[in-house]
Amino acid sequence: MNFDELTRTSGEWLRGTGPESDIVMCSRIRLARNLAEFPFINHASRGEKVEIENQVKNAIERGGLDLKYHDVQALSNLDRQFLVERQLISREHMGADWPRGVVVGPRENISIMVNEEDHLRIQVMLSGLALQDVWDQINNLDDQLEETLAYAFSPQLGYLTACPTNVGTGIRVGVMLHLPALVQTKQIEKVFRALQKINLAVRGLYGEGTQASGDFYQISNQQTLGKSEPELIRTLSDVVPQIISYERLARQELVKERREKLHDQVSRAYGVLKTAQQISSEETMHLLSSVRMGINLGLIDDLAIPTVNELFIHTQPAHLQKIQGGELQVEERSVARASYLRRRLSNGKHLDDESA
Amino acid sequence: MKCQKCPKPATYHITDIERGKPQEFHFCEEHAKIHLAASEHLADKSEMGMIGKEVLESVKAELDQQSCPICQLTFAEFRSTGRLGCPHDYEVFRDELMPLLENIHGETRHAGKVPRRSPMISKQQTSLIQLRNDLKRAVAAEDYEAAAKIRDGIKAIEQLQGRESTRPV
Repeated sequence: MNFDELTRTSGEWLRGTGPESDIVMCSRIRLARNLAEFPFINHASRGEKVEIENQVKNAIERGGLDLKYHDVQALSNLDRQFLVERQLISREHMGADWPRGVVVGPRENISIMVNEEDHLRIQVMLSGLALQDVWDQINNLDDQLEETLAYAFSPQLGYLTACPTNVGTGIRVGVMLHLPALVQTKQIEKVFRALQKINLAVRGLYGEGTQASGDFYQISNQQTLGKSEPELIRTLSDVVPQIISYERLARQELVKERREKLHDQVSRAYGVLKTAQQISSEETMHLLSSVRMGINLGLIDDLAIPTVNELFIHTQPAHLQKIQGGELQVEERSVARASYLRRRLSNGKHLDDESA
Repeated sequence: MKCQKCPKPATYHITDIERGKPQEFHFCEEHAKIHLAASEHLADKSEMGMIGKEVLESVKAELDQQSCPICQLTFAEFRSTGRLGCPHDYEVFRDELMPLLENIHGETRHAGKVPRRSPMISKQQTSLIQLRNDLKRAVAAEDYEAAAKIRDGIKAIEQLQGRESTRPV
């Protein structure tokens, strides 16, 4: 198995296109599904888990779907970490120790984790704010899989899942937002409290319990039972534009009242990224976040958003090591990361990088 | 800090007062919800004032030992892991799960997508889980006569499904 060719691209969630993509990184929906004839994962034997993998492979083949099955169990630790950084598998899926896999689509906007907490975790994502398109795609994919697979379903409780928090629609509708101005103006907590009141969850970049590094936040529904998929999507679609307008307002405030300070901060961030000799991934994320906002506000004009988006992911530990072609210790990574950033940001070259 | 019940990070820190003594819990989001919902459910029962603490404890203990005939999950196991063992558990532990679902989702009736497949198949599949378990036990006990019978039963259902699943619904 070889994911090396993927290191040349940035994946769907960092494509940087689509509606509102200056603030909305991507829209994504996942569906939790289980096969009716098998116990849930924590009660399934090794043999049953292998059989579940086979059934999913068979469904993909019979449906003639343009998707590729990867045996996660057989991957190196580095490749598993790489898939986590690309948002194709969860950290739990990376760390499990039983037969499991991930199905990936050609544009990397589709992934199906097999034998994670549920038998299937189907995910579709698109760059920018595009929940309706994501739903149309995933709903269709779910229908195609169901032609071959028999899902565990009860008329009263809907799709049955290993954890009662997902039963019903099994759906999680989420958007990943870049909110640097709300963080800087310290209004972010207020926004979170408001979201929690309407039963929406806020998470960091790599899911539950992770820090919101790079000022990225994921907002998603928690309720899965008693509301239809379109209703749950509507809740998100209604609230996200409000958050976007708060973020824009906060950015304008920063520009109007603290222009010099903001410009200074953005330029310094850009300067450090262009010249540092050693840099951690945490600091990189933090500085790239300022630079990204700086571009959107017209304070930096020789760098394109897709390049910045790509740097966010290429400077993550597993990506960096794959680009460098081997495993590196923490300190070696800091040196390699700084050198990679200097190369990508050297004057006059970076606008050409968009095609990468 | 990790969640007490799974490898996820603990993002909820709960202090319960049990018999006048504080007890601390550290959970991920999902396990926190399950913990909170379960204690509220028990609190509701005790507030009715009809059952004392001891009765409540014995009800709880009895409930914990109840197990699913299909996957053998006990309710105690569910309470400790927060994960069910098979689709049939939603039937077996219905009475306990309903208040939990009400607490988590605010509703107890599915209002979304319905698979196009006929629901008959689901029932057959539940028996498949059971038959495969029986088969494992028969093989372990070296009762090959029983194992052969069970295998025939499994084949029959699988064939039936092969026909049904290709039939337009």
